[in-house]
Amino acid sequence: MLTNYGYIGLFLIAVVLFTLFMVIIPIALRFLKIVPHNPNPIKNSTFECGMETIGRTWVQFNFHYYFYALIFLALDVLVVFLYPWAVNLRALGFASFVAVIILVAIILVGYVYAWKKKVLEWK
Amino acid sequence: MVIGLQHYLILSAILFSIGLYGVLAKRNAVIILMCIELMLNAVNITLVAFSRYVVPAMLTGQVFAIFVIVVAAAEAAVGLAIILAIYRGFEDIDVSKIDLLKW
Amino acid sequence: MGMVVSFWILAAVGIIAALGVVLLRNVFRAALSLILCFLIVAGLYVTLSADFLAAVQILVYVGAISVLIILAIMMTREVAQGSPNSRFQIPAFIVAILFLEVLVLTLINTPWPVSSMPPTAPTTAALANSLFGEGGYLLSVEIAAVLLLSAILGAVVLAREK
Repeated sequence: MLTNYGYIGLFLIAVVLFTLFMVIIPIALRFLKIVPHNPNPIKNSTFECGMETIGRTWVQFNFHYYFYALIFLALDVLVVFLYPWAVNLRALGFASFVAVIILVAIILVGYVYAWKKKVLEWK
Repeated sequence: MVIGLQHYLILSAILFSIGLYGVLAKRNAVIILMCIELMLNAVNITLVAFSRYVVPAMLTGQVFAIFVIVVAAAEAAVGLAIILAIYRGFEDIDVSKIDLLKW
Repeated sequence: MGMVVSFWILAAVGIIAALGVVLLRNVFRAALSLILCFLIVAGLYVTLSADFLAAVQILVYVGAISVLIILAIMMTREVAQGSPNSRFQIPAFIVAILFLEVLVLTLINTPWPVSSMPPTAPTTAALANSLFGEGGYLLSVEIAAVLLLSAILGAVVLAREK
């Protein structure tokens, strides 16, 4: 089984090497004086097209995004329990099905609460 | 050289100590929460390593690790919500300045 | 052989990433370093032949918890503020080093009852049996769901604007 993951590891090493290579190429060419170096303010701006930012770019985000991340987290953790159950569905039988229904119902209470409190809406 | 149980345990001890240092030495509340997640990860490595090397036929350690992950998710959700609530009332999340019980 | 090499690479990168969490001044970079550390832990689970747990690690930690942490960083405008040390920096360092020393000495000097059996693989179906099957952790699963529900309710109540 571990050999299968070995291929993923090899792939990962190739990805890292490729990325490093692509980062190093321009630096090396610049160092070898192959790439010309004449900066000007327009070239050095953050975006060569589009709008200049007004003020700082680290603005405070709206709190509403947090609730979406929260609901996503809850459903994500639910998947952790649902996936092994679904893999072994036939062997586990009906009792585990009832257990999973209860599990989903408990998590859904939180989802319905967030819905009823209108935290998933933009005012 | 064979990688054994002790290698994993020592690695997890190092990660846990780094997290402990971060929790004690940092003032930023979000960094403290991140270090707590680091400590929980170190504990998970220990549980899975024991499960792999001491009782390979049973998966008790892995089941425990799943529950630790669930608890860590709940802890991160509530902890960050507390930080956001403090920030909204206090405009700061420096834990050395949050010393009022009421504001 | 591949196990040994992958363990040492994962251990080195993991410790560097964990040090990055506590040493980097920029909070956002510290969060990215933490995500790298989560990924490394998933790789360690693979070397421990816990394949389902590696997937769970990536799904929950890298997928959801890091999203929450980065959102919290963006909402509290603390990137400019950095990650300052408290006045307990040196005592904290001493405490952490002493704790590490005690742990490592205990780990090395304890005769662990290591079994020579090969590990169970694949683990997903076996985990399903121990979570939902006969004599398993079914009640713990339901209690974990209740804990998660209370976490959602608490977080919604705390973060909601009045």
